Amino acid sequence: MSDTPVIELCNVDKSFGPIDVLHEISLKVKAGEVLCLLGDNGAGKSTLIKTLAGVHAPTRGEVLVDGKSVKLSGPKDAQKRGIATVHQFGGTYPLMSVGRNFFMGEEPTKGFGPFKVFDRKKANRVAVEEVQKMGITRITDGDRLVGGLSGGERQSLAIARAVYFGARVLILDEPTAALGVKQAAHVLRIVNEAKKRGLAVIFITHQVMHAMTVGDHFAVLIRGAIAADFRKGERSREEITDLMAGGQNMAGLEASIEGYMETHNGHPPKVTTA
Amino acid sequence: MTTQNTEQANGLSFGSIIRRPETGSLIGFLVVYIFFAALGGAVFLGAPGWSSWLNIAAEVGIIALPVGLLMISGEFDMSVGSVVPASSMMAAILCGHYELPALVGILGGLSVGLLVGLVNGLIVTRTTIPSLIATIGTMFAVMGLTLGLAVLIKGSTSVSYIPDATTKQLLGSFVGGMFNVSIFWWIGFVVVYFFFLHLSPFGNWVFALGGDRESAKNAGIPTDKVTMGLFMASGFGAAFVGIAQVMTYQAAQVAGGQSFIFNSIMCVVIGGVLLTGGAGSVIGILLGTMTFAVVNQGIFFASLDPNVGSIIIGVLLLVAVLSNDTFRALAMNYATKKK
Repeated sequence: MSDTPVIELCNVDKSFGPIDVLHEISLKVKAGEVLCLLGDNGAGKSTLIKTLAGVHAPTRGEVLVDGKSVKLSGPKDAQKRGIATVHQFGGTYPLMSVGRNFFMGEEPTKGFGPFKVFDRKKANRVAVEEVQKMGITRITDGDRLVGGLSGGERQSLAIARAVYFGARVLILDEPTAALGVKQAAHVLRIVNEAKKRGLAVIFITHQVMHAMTVGDHFAVLIRGAIAADFRKGERSREEITDLMAGGQNMAGLEASIEGYMETHNGHPPKVTTA
Repeated sequence: MTTQNTEQANGLSFGSIIRRPETGSLIGFLVVYIFFAALGGAVFLGAPGWSSWLNIAAEVGIIALPVGLLMISGEFDMSVGSVVPASSMMAAILCGHYELPALVGILGGLSVGLLVGLVNGLIVTRTTIPSLIATIGTMFAVMGLTLGLAVLIKGSTSVSYIPDATTKQLLGSFVGGMFNVSIFWWIGFVVVYFFFLHLSPFGNWVFALGGDRESAKNAGIPTDKVTMGLFMASGFGAAFVGIAQVMTYQAAQVAGGQSFIFNSIMCVVIGGVLLTGGAGSVIGILLGTMTFAVVNQGIFFASLDPNVGSIIIGVLLLVAVLSNDTFRALAMNYATKKK
């Protein structure tokens, strides 16, 4: 595999009218690498994902795929170039079957001309195979409704779907945010599996622990700009948390809350806005 | 008859039938039919009974199908209630007043429906107005326009038109003196919508829209186009019924048609479509329509007070929603055992 990043942002700005949401964002991900994008709520993560996924066009700056500057005309275009996004809730439809979910927007058909028919058997077979390959062995029936799956399984289904449709860049938007400990571990394992298969993964989260488990490379986003950019092992968990909180000393804050609670019968301090 | 097809297509195991969303609607239909058959006797079981409820079912059914698809995709269409009289008035004015050929009137009427659907679709996709409110708005606007233009052009709220023999035969005749030809059009529409929703790949998109519009958009589905297409389909369905009414009754009225709003929604909900979108089926809508029509007409055969019919419909609606939820929960919690 070459050293050219699969996807790269070069000094990307994005503004909605007078509001600057992203400011001079530069980042790159190589194949078989996991980039963790950390940021608190409102840091511009969603806008960044949408820019990568082709939903928004950057106001300034360039998006490079395989080292070549491209203009993504929409989500479909991004998908054609192998950029797949999996959203927080998996982007799945609870009242539809596993097979139909798996092939949403890319339905396999049989038959001719205007009488093309959705190939349910094929859809179900492929969906179950691909999900099992990712290590989810509990899904054996493609007719099962996705609403009956656990949150982790839904995420895994969405990731397996992206991999099957030739994704080379996998953008995961807070895949572990709404999950329990066990389910989150499940998803992290699948992120590792995707990485092993040579995908470039962009993992968006505000859970530092999850990021540190799978990440090779980290970028912290604060108010639309990259505040820190470092590789695995260069920063501690506390340092990253502090960075995400906008440089405030979170550890110090925690200590002061604990101190207050000790002297006030376990009640936390009243919050006063600055 | 119709349920057989779906069962065959999906394997005939008992478990898979019980989990099908149509099961509740089928049971509902059978219960209601047996109830009225017992009260209505031989007349209700014979051709006069069947023709009476099938005629009602066909009219509301042609509208309920696209309204149901819209509901599956997460939208409501209230404007059908004024599209029916608007399109029949358009056809009657074009043919009856200006004496243009029947085809012009039919196309004119249908384009009223398509246009209202297009406007609905544009409002819903371009603004943040919920479809319920948007289509109530267009309903009143169309109602006003119909009344205003009819009075302006014809000076009356009713326009008569005697269609030629072929048109009458195709759109407004009674087969065997009893069965309105609309029944056959309705069956045709059922086949088309069944193919579209359950067999063609586009059906997936309709469900996805109702399930999670944002995800559907991210999956590259042209959500706005699908929504606009569905609104135009419901406008078309309502306009079709309006035109069939002119051809049948040889006159168009400005009022009338309001009953289609709630009736179509009731047929759809009794048929197992989820009000919030994302689930439903054409067979269910078909069964829901049949149930509605049986109650609606069975009352007269059973010589019960018509008000009892309204009570039954109301109760049916509530039971349908409850049982739909139960069946859905069953389907969701179902996990296959290791083979």
